[in-house]
Amino acid sequence: MKQLVASRMERCIGCHSCSLACARLVHKCLSWENAGIRIQSSGGLSTGFLAKVCLTCDPPPCAAACPTGSLKARKGGGVVQQKKLCIQCGKCAAACPVEAIALDRLGNPYVCIHCGSCVDFCPHDCLEMREVEA
Amino acid sequence: MISPTFRILEVNLSSGRSAIRSMPGVETCLGGSGLAARLHLDLAKPHLAWDDPAQPLIFAIGPLTGFFPLMSKSVCAFTSPLHSQYAESHAGGRSALALRFTGLDALIVTGRSERPVVLHLGCNVIELLDAGYLWGKDALTTGKLLRSILKGSGHRTIIRIGPAGENKSAMACINVDTYRHFGRLGGGAVMGAKNLKAIAIEGNGSQDLPAGKDYSALYADIFRKLTDTDMMRKYHNLGTASNLEALNELKALPWRNLQATSDPGITGISGQRFADDTLLRNAACSGCPVGCIHIGFVREKFHADNQYLYRQVGYDYEPIFATGSMLGLTKAPEVLTVMDEVEKVGLDVMSAGVALAWATEALEHGLVSVEQTGVGLRFGEVEGYLKAMPMLAGGVNEFWRLLAAGTMAAARHYGGQDFACVLGQEMAGYATGEVFYVAQSLGLRHSHLDTGAYSYDQSNAPKDVTKALEFLLEDERERVVLTSMVACLFARKVYDPDTLRQCLTVLGGREIADGLDKAGSRIQNLRWQARIANGYDPFQVKIPKRFLEVSTWKGQTDPQYLENLRLAYAKAIKEMSGQGN
Ligand code: SF4
Ligand code: SF4
Ligand code: SF4
Repeated sequence: MKQLVASRMERCIGCHSCSLACARLVHKCLSWENAGIRIQSSGGLSTGFLAKVCLTCDPPPCAAACPTGSLKARKGGGVVQQKKLCIQCGKCAAACPVEAIALDRLGNPYVCIHCGSCVDFCPHDCLEMREVEA
Repeated sequence: MISPTFRILEVNLSSGRSAIRSMPGVETCLGGSGLAARLHLDLAKPHLAWDDPAQPLIFAIGPLTGFFPLMSKSVCAFTSPLHSQYAESHAGGRSALALRFTGLDALIVTGRSERPVVLHLGCNVIELLDAGYLWGKDALTTGKLLRSILKGSGHRTIIRIGPAGENKSAMACINVDTYRHFGRLGGGAVMGAKNLKAIAIEGNGSQDLPAGKDYSALYADIFRKLTDTDMMRKYHNLGTASNLEALNELKALPWRNLQATSDPGITGISGQRFADDTLLRNAACSGCPVGCIHIGFVREKFHADNQYLYRQVGYDYEPIFATGSMLGLTKAPEVLTVMDEVEKVGLDVMSAGVALAWATEALEHGLVSVEQTGVGLRFGEVEGYLKAMPMLAGGVNEFWRLLAAGTMAAARHYGGQDFACVLGQEMAGYATGEVFYVAQSLGLRHSHLDTGAYSYDQSNAPKDVTKALEFLLEDERERVVLTSMVACLFARKVYDPDTLRQCLTVLGGREIADGLDKAGSRIQNLRWQARIANGYDPFQVKIPKRFLEVSTWKGQTDPQYLENLRLAYAKAIKEMSGQGN
C-alpha cells in the first residue's frame, strides 16, 4: 500500500503545481484549493511553506465522523471516498486534526486518496509515494 | 474553459457600489494587455488629471491564466502620474490565480474613498474595510497585518502600497505578495490617490475543465518542457542576477549613474556572489514551477551583546543594478539592505535607484546642496542611501518632492538633465546600445520588457535602421500576444504561436486561436491608441546626453544611428496608433 508523503517540504517554492495537478487529474477542475493537497505559507511567504495533506490516520477520525460512509477507512491508513454518498455536512473536515480536508463553497470535501498523480508535478521532489504495511 | 465574453467587476470607491458585467470581444482583445488597453480607452478621461477620482485602475488576466504553467501574471493599467498617459505594468505572485479563481477577467476600481480602505474580494465577498490604522504603515507590515486580519485558510493575493503610494509619488510601486510588484510608472500613486491601501483577493472558486484527456496531456507536455529541459535553468539557477557579470564583462552595466559601464567591484555583487553569500531559498509565483524568485538574507547586529536581526529580501538583476552598481555599492549585504528599505517604503526599485544616482551626481556637481537634500550622498556609501529612501518616498521637502515626480522633473528644475539616466522613465539596467536606448525611451511602457532590444544590441546586428525597426515592431507584437494571455515573458520560448494556438483550442477557443496573429497586430495598435489618446508624442522624446557618452564593447554610441532609429520608431508608433502620415 502506498501513501503520499510530503517529506521534503523545506524545498517547496510555493508554486501550487501539486494542488493544481490534483484538482486537474483527480477532481477534474481548475483550482488551487479543491485538491487533496494544499500549500500554505507558514506565516507569510517569507518563512517557507507547509502542505496540508492527509497524514493517513489509522483509524481515521474523518471516516468515523462521516454519517453516510462516503469516507471509509483505507487499508494502511487514510480514507477512500465515494463522492456520491456525500451530503456536504462537513463533519469530516471538522474531525480532521490537521485540516487536511478542504471544503469548497458548496461544502464538498476534498481529501487526498493517495493516488500519486501530483508527485511528478512537483519540480523540487517535495512529495513521494511511500510503501507502508497494509 | 474560455468564455466568449469577459466577466468584469467594477468597484466604485466613491459610492461604495459595485457592478459585475460581461463584455464581448475576447477574440479581438484576448485579455491581459489587450483587455486593459480596451478598458482604459473606454473609461479613462484624457482631459482630467491622472489622480482624478474618475480615472480607472484596471487589473486584467488572460484566457490562459492558471490553465497552463507560467500563465501566472496579471496586467495593471492606469493613467500614470509620471506622464499622465496610459501605463501598463505587470506582476505575478498570487495575483493572477486569485483573479482567476474569483471568476474575474478584470477588476476595475474607480472613484475615491473618503477614508483609507482595503478592498476585499472573493467569489462571495465584495467589501470595503476601514484601513485608517494601516495608513502610513510600510508595505511589508501592511501585508503581515492583513494576513492576520483577513482570517480564513484559503489562498489570497494581497496587493498593497507603502508610504510612497500614499504620498502619490510617481515612483510608487504596488507590492504584490511581498516579492513581486507592479513596479513601474507609479501605479502605487494611483492607489494612494484613491485612498486604497490594499486589495485582498480570495481565490476561492474553481473553474470547469474540458472533458477528455487532451487538455491534461498538453499541460503535462508544456510542464515537462519547462522543468525537464534546460530552457528555464537560467531563471531558477542564479536567476536574472546572472546578467550582472555578463553585462559588466560586455561593458554594458551602468555604474555610478552611468559614468562607467564596467567595474572590478562586480565581484561583490555578481549573481554567483549573491547565491554563495546570501541566497536563502527560491520561491515561485502561483502556477509556475520554475521558481525564479530569489530570496537573499542579511543579518544585522543591532546591539553590542550579539543581538542580531535578519532580513529576507527578494533580489533580481534589476534591483541589484539599481541599488548596487548604479549607486556604486559593491557589497551584496549592503545592496540587500537598501532593497529592503525600498521594499518597505513602496518605491519602484529601478526608479528609486536611478533617481538617487542622479541626486548623488547633482550633489557632486554642486547643482544641489546638502542643505537642500538633507542628507549627503556619495557613490559607494550605503548610509546616505538608506536615509534617502524614506525621504524620497515621503517627499519630505521641496527637493525630494520634485525628485519623487521623476528624475527628469527634478533635473529640469535644478539642472543636470544631461546626466539624468532617463529613457522615458528611469533607465533599466542595460547600457547595451542605440536600439535599447530608443526602445525604452519610446516604448509603450518605457520598460526593458516592451521588446528584447537589449539582446538585439548584444547580437551585434549591423547598424541598419530598417532591420532594427522591423525587429522592434515584430518583437513587440509577439510580446503583446503573450502579455494578453497573460504569460510570464520568461516562458516566451515555450509559448510559441503554435503552442498558444493549441492551448486556446483545447480550452474551446478555436476561433481565438485562428485569429491570434490578427489580434496581436490589433492589440499592438490599440495600446498605442490608448497611449496617444492622452497626448503622447513620440517625436518629442529626448535621449539624454549621458547615453551618447557611453562606451561599451562596441565602442561609443553612434549619435546618427540613434537619431535615425528614434525618428523611424516615432513615425512607426504614430502609424500604429492610426495617426501616421
Ligand atoms: S483526512 Fe485527516 S482525519 Fe482523515 S485520515 Fe487524513 S489526516 Fe486523518
Ligand atoms: S496523491 Fe492523488 S489525491 Fe493525494 S494530493 Fe496527490 S493527486 Fe491528490
Ligand atoms: S509542487 Fe512541490 S514545490 Fe510546488 S507547491 Fe507543491 S510541494 Fe511545493
